[in-house]
Order: sequence, then structure tokens, then C-alpha cells
Amino acid sequence: MSVFEGFRFRHVTSSIHKLDPRVKFLFVLAIFIIAVLFTEVLPLLILFFLPLPFVFAARVQREWVRSLRGAIFLATIIFVFNFVFGYFYQLQAGAVLLEYSISMSLRFMVLVESFSIFFLTTSPDHLSLALEQSHVPYEFTFAFTTAVRFVPVLAEEAQTIMDAQKARGLELERGNFLKRIRNYIPILIPLIVSAIRRSLELAEAMESRAWGASPKRTNLYTLKMKSGDFVLIVLSILLLTIGLYLRYFVSIPPLSYFLP
Amino acid sequence: MSLTIPDGEFVAIMGQNGAGKTTLVKHFNGLLKPTKGEVLVDGVSTRSVSVAKLARKIGFVFQNPDHQLFSETVEEEIAFALRNFGFEEATIEKHVTWALNLLDLTEYRKASPFMLSGGERKRVALASVLAWDPSVVILDEPTIGQDHKQKEKLRQFIVQLNEQGKTVVIVTHDVEFVAECNPRVILMVDGKIVASGEAKRILSDAALTYSASIVPPQITQVFHNLANFGLPSDVIDVYEAKKILLGLFGEIKR
Repeated sequence: MSVFEGFRFRHVTSSIHKLDPRVKFLFVLAIFIIAVLFTEVLPLLILFFLPLPFVFAARVQREWVRSLRGAIFLATIIFVFNFVFGYFYQLQAGAVLLEYSISMSLRFMVLVESFSIFFLTTSPDHLSLALEQSHVPYEFTFAFTTAVRFVPVLAEEAQTIMDAQKARGLELERGNFLKRIRNYIPILIPLIVSAIRRSLELAEAMESRAWGASPKRTNLYTLKMKSGDFVLIVLSILLLTIGLYLRYFVSIPPLSYFLP
Repeated sequence: MSLTIPDGEFVAIMGQNGAGKTTLVKHFNGLLKPTKGEVLVDGVSTRSVSVAKLARKIGFVFQNPDHQLFSETVEEEIAFALRNFGFEEATIEKHVTWALNLLDLTEYRKASPFMLSGGERKRVALASVLAWDPSVVILDEPTIGQDHKQKEKLRQFIVQLNEQGKTVVIVTHDVEFVAECNPRVILMVDGKIVASGEAKRILSDAALTYSASIVPPQITQVFHNLANFGLPSDVIDVYEAKKILLGLFGEIKR
């Protein structure tokens, strides 16, 4: 659940929070593209530390670290898989393979961290506004923001259900691997049933509040680009250009180059 | 906070929403461990025992039955906990039949718990806990969503459990229900116990109930308003009130 924590928005006011979500998304996208371009550790490491000023400016460091801590587990799996399968595939476990496996998990961390910054500093309302103004149909926008909004609710409910079943003597960590998976049935069924029930109730509540009554919706607030947004656009484009230039015109030294 | 609940006592924990009632009782069976201090169950710290072990002694019925029902039949639902505790099949069969009978659910034995009404689901949840015969029973908001008839049945049932020697803890803000049961009341405000004692004393204390955002039972309010006529101010029970009023009428007639 801790990964979700890192994506949960809390109301803080900072210059980062005030940025246009579309521009923030562009920035995240730029990082995403550069991360996919490189398989060397060095540029990915730089990319990893690049968004740090944003994290501190937005004062979300604690949540951000929590999301990274949650991602470490998956990153480890990615490392192990790459290393093991790379070994069988190429039948060598040299420095090259090691660096490749490290880069792959580092790339994953870069993706998680950049998206985490985006979600931590963008309120669901702003997000839906941005989607709407990008001409995404409102039904999709609504479904998306509702899904984002219900993640913490579901996480809390899962905790309650776990407590209720533990109080009936369920031990989640008992038995072999298969038994452990089966142990989760008494948790999943009530969770799914209540999620379906809740969505039906939500639909009824929406209908009774005239959902879809007017085909053309207007908003009280509209997003407008400010000077900070343009700075970030320039920064993102610059970043992307540098990334592309480095990729195609400069040869990046492997990690082993720095070793004696 | 410091609190001792002796064996066989009937306790109601009351207080407004967010006062910490549920948080407190979750410490009783080890679902929550104290960050400071200690919770002892029969002299053993909850920190040193697993929830599953404690659950054998302490039955906890959650507020919302939908948070625990998952089986295909009511019978399976009730047997779930018994299987977890490693009872033998023959014993399970016996306990399930007993619990179904106790809560008037025998006709639903093979029904799916999801097809039952809200009140019935609540009873299934209760049966699934009582089935393993725990010596302490904790009920979180047992009266929510129950009609008057079911509430009355529940009250008789709880009193009966208590008379059989079980320790019963209920968490509620249903004052009328508590007034009729007459347990020891523990009043909580902002995570602290502000009062503990006889229901009669606490529920009729206007200042105390006000501080905990609880409205005293209606009959108590009537008696408070009639205090000028020399009526006692600590009446919470309708039958007692009737007796006092009839006595008063008798005096007036004479």
C-alpha cells in the first residue's frame, strides 16, 4: 500500500502546485522519454536526481520518499530478472550485464518518482480540468478522477476487512505459497463486493443529481498558462533536446570506464 | 488512559464520532498495539501474542457485516473461524447448528449471506463470532440499522450472554439502548476517558453528557425539566419513571 501513499494528493500551496498540470505532465513526459532512451547508469542517475529541486520546492519530500521506498521492492525484482535472464541469454555475468540490470531498475525508479511528483502536486480537480480542456470526453475524465479519488478509500477499506478477518482467526502469513494466496480470498471477496455496491450507489447518486443533463459543461475555473508554466515548457524542451543530443552524438562511458 | 474490565462485566463505551471508541476496543484483541504503555488480556500483554491467538478468547463483531462476509453459504461463513482455530469437523458442525439456532438463522443455513437483508447479515456476522464461544464479546455499534424489534431481541440476547458469565463490551452512541441495558458506562471525549460508572449516574449527568456530545435519554430529559416538582434527576429507565410518576399521582389523589 505504501506505493499508493506516494500518489496521494494533499493540499499544500507551493509554486509547483500552482503550475499548469498540462505543463507538469509535459515535464514528466520529457523525463519519461529520456529515461527510455538510455540504458547506461550515468545519465539515468543524473535523471534520478534532476527532479529533486521540484520535490523540495513543493515540500512533498516525505510522501515522495515513501513512494520510492514502496517502489524499491519492484525495482529489486526488475534487477534480479534482468540479471538472471540476461545471464542465461548471453551466458556472461560481466560488468556490462550488471550495469544493464542496474539501469533497468534505475529507469523504473525514475519513472515512479516523476509520476509520483506529478500526482503529489496536482489536485484531482486540476487534473480533471486539464483533461477536460484537452478535449477528453467528460465521461472519461470523470471516470479517471473518480478512480484516483477512490484509491485511498479502497486501501482503508481493505485494512478494515483485514482486521475483521484477523479477528476471526485468519492468519495471512501462514502456510505455503499457495495457501498464502488462498488466505487472501476472505479479504478480496468483501472488498470486491463492496466496491461494486459502492459504484452502483455512486451511479444512482449521480443520476439523482442530474448527471449529463447539459451536453456542454462549463467550469467555474479555467486553466491559464502563467510565466512559470512557460519557463517549465522551455526547460522540458531543453531537457529533451540535450537528452536526444547526448544519445545520438555523444558516446556515454559505461560505469566500468571509471573503475581502475 | 487507564482502564480495567473485570471478567463477566457488561461495559458500554460511549462518545461522539471520532472520540476513539473503536480505536480503544481494537487494542483489546491486539488489532492495534499500544505505542506507549500496555494492554493486558488475562495478564498477558497483547504485544506478545498474535491477533489469531487473542481472537480465540476475544470475539470482535465489526460494525459493518459486509466487511467480513465472503462465503457461499451462511453455514460456511460461521464455520470459517472455527476452521481457523482448528476445531474438529464434528465439533464445527455442532457449534454451527448451535449458533444458527441462537440467532434465529436456521432457515438460512444454506442461503448465501449476500442475499440476506441488512439486519440478517448483521446477525450472521454475530453468529460467526459467537460460534467459537469466546469468553469476551466486543460489539462495535450493534444497533445500527436494526429496527426496534431486532434491537429489543439484541438487548435480551446481550443481557443473556452477560448472565452466562461472558464479558460483554459494546461500543455505541445509542443512549436509549444503553439506558435499557444498564451496563457500566465509559464515556470518551477526544481519546480520553472522561467518566466511568453506572449508566444511571452518567447518562443523567447533564454537564457530562453535554461535554461528550451525547443527548441524555428522552425520559431523563423529561425528568430534568420536571425537577421543580421534586422528581429525581437520575432516572434513565422508562419502567422506573413509570413507577415514580404513578407514585406521584397516587399522592396527588390523596
